[in-house]
Amino acid sequence: MKGGWFRGYTIFYLIFLYAPIVLLPIFAFNNATTIAFPLNGFTTIWFSKLWDDPALHQALKNSLIIGCSAAVISTCLGVFASRASSRYAFPFKTPLMGLIMLPLVMPDIILAVALLTVLLGIGMPLSLFTVILGHVLVCTPFSIAILSAAFQSLDQSLEEAAYDLGETPISAFRLVILPLVLPGIISSLLITFTISLDEFIMAFFLAGNENTLPVYIFGQFRFPQNVPVILALGTILVCLSIALLATAEYFRRRGLAKTGGKGTGGFL
Amino acid sequence: MQSKPKVRFRGSEAANGLLMISPTAIYAILLLAAPLGMILVYSFMTDGYLQIIPKFQLCNYFGECHSYKDVNGVLTESQTYKGVWSDPLALTLMWRSLMISMVVTAVTVLLAFPVAYYVSFYVAPSKKSLWLFLITIPFWTSYLIRVFLWKVILGTGGPINFGLLEIGLIQEPITWLLYNVNSVVITLAHAYAPFAILPIFVSLEKIDRSFLEAGRDLGESPFMTFWRVTLPLAMPGVISSVLIVFIPTIGDYVTPSLVGGPEGKMVANLVELNYKKLDNYPLGSALAVSSMALVMAVSLLFLFLNRRFLRGNKR
Repeated sequence: MKGGWFRGYTIFYLIFLYAPIVLLPIFAFNNATTIAFPLNGFTTIWFSKLWDDPALHQALKNSLIIGCSAAVISTCLGVFASRASSRYAFPFKTPLMGLIMLPLVMPDIILAVALLTVLLGIGMPLSLFTVILGHVLVCTPFSIAILSAAFQSLDQSLEEAAYDLGETPISAFRLVILPLVLPGIISSLLITFTISLDEFIMAFFLAGNENTLPVYIFGQFRFPQNVPVILALGTILVCLSIALLATAEYFRRRGLAKTGGKGTGGFL
Repeated sequence: MQSKPKVRFRGSEAANGLLMISPTAIYAILLLAAPLGMILVYSFMTDGYLQIIPKFQLCNYFGECHSYKDVNGVLTESQTYKGVWSDPLALTLMWRSLMISMVVTAVTVLLAFPVAYYVSFYVAPSKKSLWLFLITIPFWTSYLIRVFLWKVILGTGGPINFGLLEIGLIQEPITWLLYNVNSVVITLAHAYAPFAILPIFVSLEKIDRSFLEAGRDLGESPFMTFWRVTLPLAMPGVISSVLIVFIPTIGDYVTPSLVGGPEGKMVANLVELNYKKLDNYPLGSALAVSSMALVMAVSLLFLFLNRRFLRGNKR
């Protein structure tokens, strides 16, 4: 098959997609406070400045706490929902799954203000915990999208065989199903962590006086002299995200290969 | 075979399924459905200082409203403001947000289609995952920083202006690239690109390739085969891409804040203003509800216009 014309277009499109990410390290290593061409020589000063900003360290710590918690909780909720939807037929399945997947298409700001209204209404003070609540809501649909593929490709006769051999539902799940979907679970943990680490709107509304990494970054954009440091931070974050995503993709494919499913690729 | 019409509920498949989904469903009901219902209720309430007065009114949507303040234990009127559909500023922002989302959706989906087509029809099956992974990576990496870099790219010291100045096409930097509706459209089209590609790709993958051969065998040109066979079969994917790009873009906050300038502000900026700065939750809620209603109306109209493609898909 040829498709030379389409190939050229797609490569051009990928250049458009990657343009900002390619510029990021260029400016992060550029020896100038203004983010503009022409470039002014190589420096690592912006990276070393990352070490002496306590506000940044606090924000990073908060983001890690939120990211880990949101990843674990949303993946657990994702396991329940995707197992239920792929294994059982039950009443209200479509509306319930629709509701759970809704944050995928809803504008984040609507979810954030709605959650904010309720939390303040019941008198819960804003903290890292409230951000976790919001992030779980946003992350769960992605977790379900990944895990559904893993659960759907599962052969039900394996589970039945385990029952026939005297296993209880719980031990059958632990011994037979869990090992088969484990790669999907790891993939989901990594993706949801990446999403949470990058999520801004929820944290912006729900963090109260606390900072998360994106909220900190957004605040720093107001001070032009701090922007190079932020771009250095961004370079590290992008590298970290790519590493996490590549690992997640590796596990996702391994999981699909294990259960004999065919991956069409992509997480959605 | 169950002979009795009434099946024992406990231990049945339905009960197991409901039990299994209950943690996630309860979470979604408590923290998603209930809050969304709550802002709908709040949008009909009265604004008090740091509190909501449970007095039903329509003026957050239409007409003039009063905020109340607690003065020595007595609620007194403090400020007057206009309801969403009577406020020229809110109407301008909603209209602009709607226009921006529609343009972004059209641009994103049109640009995305050939990419999805290429990956589905020309890339070797073993390489498809890799291509899709390459396409999705930018989507997962720091949104804020990507938007900020668009500000740099379109700015006066950015690569576009620098390049044009260097080759002598322009004498001084172009300023109309940034801080207007165009920059918002470009940035959003970039941000939502993978969202548009994946659904189209999935529906293209489902097309039975022998249909295309049949079309060609019956004497259709490649273009007519595409127009009469491929495109109608890919329409469900195109429709999901349109919705998955259109609905979230209308509520985008970061892009209009960073690259929009005063002319490019969108409805999310006004929602944020009412919630965080002005502390007027009823008006903020009315604004959120109104813009969601607007999006839903346009989406339903779009689905209605394309209903024949969706019906054909169900089989």
